[in-house]
Amino acid sequence: MTLLHLEGVTRTVQLIDAPPLTILSGVDLTVNVGDRVSIVGRSGSGKTTLLNLLGLLDNPTSGIMLFEDQPVQELSSGARDRLRGREVGFIFQQFNLLQGRTALENVMTPLLYAEGRQFWQRSRIASEMLERVGLGDRLGSLPDRLSGGEQQRVAIARSLVRGPRLILADEPTGALDLETGETVMDLIDQVATESGAALVTITHDPAIAARATTHLRLDHGVLQVSGTVLA
Amino acid sequence: MKRVVTNLVGSVIEAWQELRIHKTRVMLSLIGVAVAVCAITTVVGLGAVAQQATVESSERSGGRAASLFLSASMNDGSTPPGMPEIWRTALDRYQIDYASRVVHTSQTVQFSDGAVPVQTVGVDAPYGTMHRITVEEGAWFTDNDQARLAPAVLVNSIFYDRLGRPDLDTHPTTTLIGDRTTTAVVTGVYPALSWETEPAMYMLADALTAITPVVSDPNLQQFGPPSYELWVPVDVSEQLVIALQRDVQGALGREASVSVNRQDYAAFQDSDPFLSLKLTVGAIAGLVLLLGALGLVNIALVTLKQRIREIGIRRSFGATASRVFFAVMMESVVATVVAGIVGVIAAVLIVKSPFVEDFISQGQVTDFPPFPVEAAVLGLVCATAVGALAGLIPALVAVRVKVIDAIRY
Repeated sequence: MTLLHLEGVTRTVQLIDAPPLTILSGVDLTVNVGDRVSIVGRSGSGKTTLLNLLGLLDNPTSGIMLFEDQPVQELSSGARDRLRGREVGFIFQQFNLLQGRTALENVMTPLLYAEGRQFWQRSRIASEMLERVGLGDRLGSLPDRLSGGEQQRVAIARSLVRGPRLILADEPTGALDLETGETVMDLIDQVATESGAALVTITHDPAIAARATTHLRLDHGVLQVSGTVLA
Repeated sequence: MKRVVTNLVGSVIEAWQELRIHKTRVMLSLIGVAVAVCAITTVVGLGAVAQQATVESSERSGGRAASLFLSASMNDGSTPPGMPEIWRTALDRYQIDYASRVVHTSQTVQFSDGAVPVQTVGVDAPYGTMHRITVEEGAWFTDNDQARLAPAVLVNSIFYDRLGRPDLDTHPTTTLIGDRTTTAVVTGVYPALSWETEPAMYMLADALTAITPVVSDPNLQQFGPPSYELWVPVDVSEQLVIALQRDVQGALGREASVSVNRQDYAAFQDSDPFLSLKLTVGAIAGLVLLLGALGLVNIALVTLKQRIREIGIRRSFGATASRVFFAVMMESVVATVVAGIVGVIAAVLIVKSPFVEDFISQGQVTDFPPFPVEAAVLGLVCATAVGALAGLIPALVAVRVKVIDAIRY
């Protein structure tokens, strides 16, 4: 089942006193449920812009982008935000835990934007999620009392707590040592597999990229696979 | 509907978490706003006391609104015959309860160090209420005082000091020298005004005229025939002026000159007599609040940068722009409302403290007004408005945050 479909997607930005800058050019990409996709690319190649688009944080300038067969450009800002909250989970390089909040409160945060059972039972759901990532005994710990690996596990629990169908991992092991990074990636793979979510990982690390089943490279705004231009 | 409820509850939870986590910043904001709200509420509250002091001071000298003054004399300057009867008839006809004759004279009083002329005002019992006369000791005249064989006198504190401040329970007397020497009983003491240096006293008009006949020859008198005062409802005062003028003039005939007019402080004001005072107080209060608001905005802006990353993270989890806007606004409003409540409570405690009341009233207020509800409401409204305005800028900035940029901030 197709989760995300990009066809001829272009993203340009208007510059003052300069011609428009093309950041992404003719990107074609299809992500199905359960896919494992890695995207590598140098700095400035457009990875962040692509992440914005895939995470429904930005709209393409041209082209077609469908999320669960819905044209994303036609969604209102609020509808896009709600869709993102419901279906997309972000894992960041710097963990981005909310300081001053416990591990439990951090994992509960996405559930504050949910409705119904997820909202009203957020404490129980978040606790269970932390149990799944092996932090059932650290619910009340503040981020600065957790190791890097533990912080990333809290971040993973937070990104998955609403049961997203698409996980976007932006350099998820960039701030971790090699061994911890491997452990964290094992966990992400495991949780994504259990939940049936698609995983799109943006990374510089060939070892992390190698875990994926689909390997893509972004070069000067053009998405390629295995050295071959996709579109 | 479910979404509205969860959004509202979620925003309150977010606001509360934010307040809990950023205690220091919030406390700084709260202190600034609480002080500003306390100041504005206190100023308005004290303004009400000061206004009451001004009103009462004006009422002491010119009577309460509406006080009508009736004077009548024959064209040759003599006292009109039958005036007492005409006066009583008018009071009965218009059912006026608060009315008094007023006779100003000088009565020689024998003190231990000699006989001294004392400014004396002859009045009827209602005069005390009409002019808010307060007594330090004893009591104002009652109808029973009319029946005293020895007339009752109310003396000012200078007179009382000169008597040696005797205990009023011992019914101290003083000697009034005139055609007939009269012994009077001091039944009360009222405070001397700040500019008074000489003894003065009040007597009931009937008692005064009994011992000192009113002089009817205008060439000899240092005081004239009695004038007449009436305290009537404001809304009927104009009709009563016309009616009294007509009745008294009709009773005395064309040989008499009759004048009825309103002379209380409110009669000379076309607009709100305390408008200038209110504007001054309002300007000061507004300035204080502006300073408080600037402090709050300042703190909000300084801390905004720290929050951009957090806002970006929340947006990535599905927080809509409106939700972020509402949450940031809510945070500011919740904080300032709490600060406003604290400020109002502090203001009430300040304004109603006996020390402050005495200081502001300067002894001029007998009926202290209750703490003005409008001041408390104004304080809370201002706190909420300041919170909303101070939260507006960070809230607007928050919804414009580029999510990925903010997360990588």
